[in-house]
Amino acid sequence: MGGSILGNRVLRKEDPKFLTTGGKYVDDLLDEPLLVNAVHVTYARSSVAHGNILSIDTSEAAAMPGVIAVFTGADLGLQPMPSAFNPAATRTLLAMDKVRYVGEPLAIIVSETREQGEDASEAIIVDYDVLEAFVDVEQAMASSTLLYDACGSNVVFDTTALGIPENTGDDFFADCEVVVKGRFVNQRVAPCPLEVRGAAAAWGTDGRLTQWLSTQHAQGAPGPIAAANGVDVSDVRVKTPDVGGGFGAKIGTYPEDLLLGVVAKRIGRPVRWRETRSESMVGLGHGRAQLQYITIGGSRDGKVSHYQFHAIQDSGAWVDMGTILAPFMTRPMSSGVYAIPNIECRTTSVVTNTTPTVAYRGAGRPEATAAIERAMDMFAAEIGKDAAEVRRINLIPKFMEPHTTAIGGTYDVGNYEESLNRALAASDYVGWRKKQAERRANNDPKQLGIGVSVYVEITGGVGTGEAAKVEVLDDGSARVYTGTSPHGQGHDTSWSMLASEQTGIPMDKIELIWGDTDLVPVGSGTMGSRSLQQGGNAVYSVAGTLAEKAKAVAARLLEANEADIVLDKDQGIFHVAGTPAVSKTWAELAVAEKATGGLVHSDVIGVVGPTFPFGAHVGIVEVDTETGKVRHIAHYACDDAGTVLNPMLLEGQIHGGVAQGAAQALMEEVRYDEDGNPITSNLADYAFISAAEMPSVHVIHMETPTPNNLIGAKGIGESGTIGSTPALQSAVIDAVSHLGVRHIDMPTSAERVWSAIQQAR
Amino acid sequence: MIPAPFDYKRASSAEEAIALVGEYGDEAKFLAGGHSLLPLMKLRLAQPAVLVDIARITDLSYIRDAGDHIAIGALTRHMDVEKSPIVLQHVPLLANAASHVGDPQVRHRGTIGGSIAHADSASDLPATTLALGATYVVQGPNGVREIPANEFYVGFLESALASDEMLTEIRVPKMNGATWGFQKFNRRAQDWAIVGVAAWKRGNESGVALVNMGSVPVLATSVAQAIASGASISEAAELAAAEAEPQSDLNASAEYRVHLAKVLVRRALESTNA
Repeated sequence: MGGSILGNRVLRKEDPKFLTTGGKYVDDLLDEPLLVNAVHVTYARSSVAHGNILSIDTSEAAAMPGVIAVFTGADLGLQPMPSAFNPAATRTLLAMDKVRYVGEPLAIIVSETREQGEDASEAIIVDYDVLEAFVDVEQAMASSTLLYDACGSNVVFDTTALGIPENTGDDFFADCEVVVKGRFVNQRVAPCPLEVRGAAAAWGTDGRLTQWLSTQHAQGAPGPIAAANGVDVSDVRVKTPDVGGGFGAKIGTYPEDLLLGVVAKRIGRPVRWRETRSESMVGLGHGRAQLQYITIGGSRDGKVSHYQFHAIQDSGAWVDMGTILAPFMTRPMSSGVYAIPNIECRTTSVVTNTTPTVAYRGAGRPEATAAIERAMDMFAAEIGKDAAEVRRINLIPKFMEPHTTAIGGTYDVGNYEESLNRALAASDYVGWRKKQAERRANNDPKQLGIGVSVYVEITGGVGTGEAAKVEVLDDGSARVYTGTSPHGQGHDTSWSMLASEQTGIPMDKIELIWGDTDLVPVGSGTMGSRSLQQGGNAVYSVAGTLAEKAKAVAARLLEANEADIVLDKDQGIFHVAGTPAVSKTWAELAVAEKATGGLVHSDVIGVVGPTFPFGAHVGIVEVDTETGKVRHIAHYACDDAGTVLNPMLLEGQIHGGVAQGAAQALMEEVRYDEDGNPITSNLADYAFISAAEMPSVHVIHMETPTPNNLIGAKGIGESGTIGSTPALQSAVIDAVSHLGVRHIDMPTSAERVWSAIQQAR
Repeated sequence: MIPAPFDYKRASSAEEAIALVGEYGDEAKFLAGGHSLLPLMKLRLAQPAVLVDIARITDLSYIRDAGDHIAIGALTRHMDVEKSPIVLQHVPLLANAASHVGDPQVRHRGTIGGSIAHADSASDLPATTLALGATYVVQGPNGVREIPANEFYVGFLESALASDEMLTEIRVPKMNGATWGFQKFNRRAQDWAIVGVAAWKRGNESGVALVNMGSVPVLATSVAQAIASGASISEAAELAAAEAEPQSDLNASAEYRVHLAKVLVRRALESTNA
């Protein structure tokens, strides 16, 4: 008998397609019968950040070549819709009375070609009464000019409204020998999936709407689409073609998605919509955007006893998902990996005249980690101790039963000191410190910086389980249906490994089906690093149950006792134990069951709860002290995601995660001018990281299985992002700390580093 | 990211291209490798009514040893300049600068003439050829003329080329054993320079030009004069920005650019590349 396939470096099944003919994305649905004769939708967008709309003149655009129709919100009779997170905030899907950010859609051009739509969008003339625009959360909080008058404030969500008291202020630290304060900007970043947003919509002769959507969560879309189209949810089918990345920003639906069915109905033709990169940079939701005030206190020997954190979340111009990440994801993780007996954390979410914020790789946890890790560094600097040593003093000791922190976060299992030890050993932390000391002694213009972070995060926080269905066809091949939604992760490979492990059906005879709400009506999608621990777990469980069901069929066909039937997974056949010569194949069983509904099993498999991956990163940078230029020269990542299904896929997630985390620490930032005009709305201006800016990432193995699912797996999709950002920010500051620098906000651009050195001198 | 409508004409000779552009006047633009013009068109910052594609005028793609100088056809790709044994031997500074343009895809498509004619002060090759004392050969309806690099750049994306003139050749004096340095300071490998410096030095003789230190590529004559009168490299480098009028933008303040120019000029002149 062969060994288990699980835990092996199995090559990605999906890659031959992606590397040769390429994926099939929304734009590639050229042979789709429902989309024959489709027209193109282009959205005209606001060019001012905040203003009352006095008039929208569409007449010139409507007369342009190829233009079939132009619609404003008034033309479509759009009604205000409340935010799910603060019902006092309402908007129409096209701006009608007021615009609140540059890029907000305010009219629709329907044209025969996409290029004609783009040309016509420039001919729509809007008169605005321009209002004061807010780019800064604190200015928005202080102003009486409101984005949403009915909210009574630009603060749209505050933990005090949940009954959580305000932070108590400096009195909280009365017993502390050492108190350090900080103000950190966890800057706004753009998710930048390589595939920008796109969708298509068509009404069938049966009166149902089919919408193709580049999404992370098809099953979440029919509700909002049905509401926007005024039909029953059962009349909406969402289909997901290949998706070229999402990073959290494609979890929800956008106004541009929701109006396609409305337009298709109006003009009686199917429609396609694909945004440009320039549109995507202002229209796709942004991430992070948190202003952080921290105070940390403790004793001179390095024990932290008190931590106070006020996170001010920039919601952008709509009360979207970003609003609630601070209270529900940042706050519970504010203690990080540390045993801090006294913690206070308030969060305040504020609307500004910027692109709305949504979930972005890590979604609230990187912000919590960045705050506490930076606070730990500042505390260590204040008492003159090594930053790694201060962390060690304060780590929560190893626990294999759930552990609850003072702020109320309950973690499954943890062994933080071991991950720190492994990262320090693998990186030769002591050796780097020696090299650093030499360069400092020589007054070398190029100084080394070493940054350490230890983190814990929450994964599988969305959903309490996942749907899976496995069916075996007449030819012995299998179809696996999943409620998760691949967009780069490698689900096809992973789910095939899990189903093959349980059934013995070869991986290449297993087809994965996802993202079609008629075929997979229940699912929570792929987000929050939940796929394997919930979706994979469900496939593993359901495939196992199907194998048991199949044994009963085999027993019937072989006229034997079910208890005597064994499944030979090497050959994919069933026989009576001890007599392999007489057997039944999966194909034979499937044929036998055809009349009674087929050889299939379907279920929703629950999990015990979310899981809490943890780890430690060591980042090494070289800083040119004459120019401030930072070079990321080495990176060591120990990420414990529990049981590893496929180490190659795990490493891929860490590599990509470290790249995005490094990007935030070192270069990426969405910026606006003071009037709210975006100034980073293409990939030349926005410093999207490339491979040339990355060192090779050393991945350090560690597995502490979670008891919360059958596989023992925790999430890995976001860990690399969460661990790397604080390590690298810390490394940059560390490189120039001997010159008197204590803090540099992200991104640690060359000019910022240079300015910090000038100011310290 | 979708250009405004335009007409497209393809020319098979310099004469045909010049005649076509003459026909359409200011509405027309030459299209060579497309790596400067097309991004501007996609952002609709440039909306020419007609593009005259000159990329297939293959007899303008060459690198020749012309005795005291190297003659480079305007349609020579950056990658060919970067790898050319002739350029590497006689004007290694130019080969090195070409290797810093954009990324490999850009270098395989973009042309030296396109880059220079676009006259972007943030591009590497205008300043480099300026530092090297190059001469540009241009052809118009009335024939051929030569324009010294230091008279070519007259304003932001504006050169001494008339609208119906085409840059055909770049003549770069041989460096004859000078030491040289090219310093490009940017955020990412494929970005334009925040500040760049091309410099060479042979005894008291030197040439220094700055990338992205104002609306035009800047010849740092004060630095060269200081070197000529015996100043040390460090002293001379302090004068790096004397002729520059740098702007503040997304990537750097003017003050920081001035600082960078001094550091980078010093490093470029201290370089022992030969």
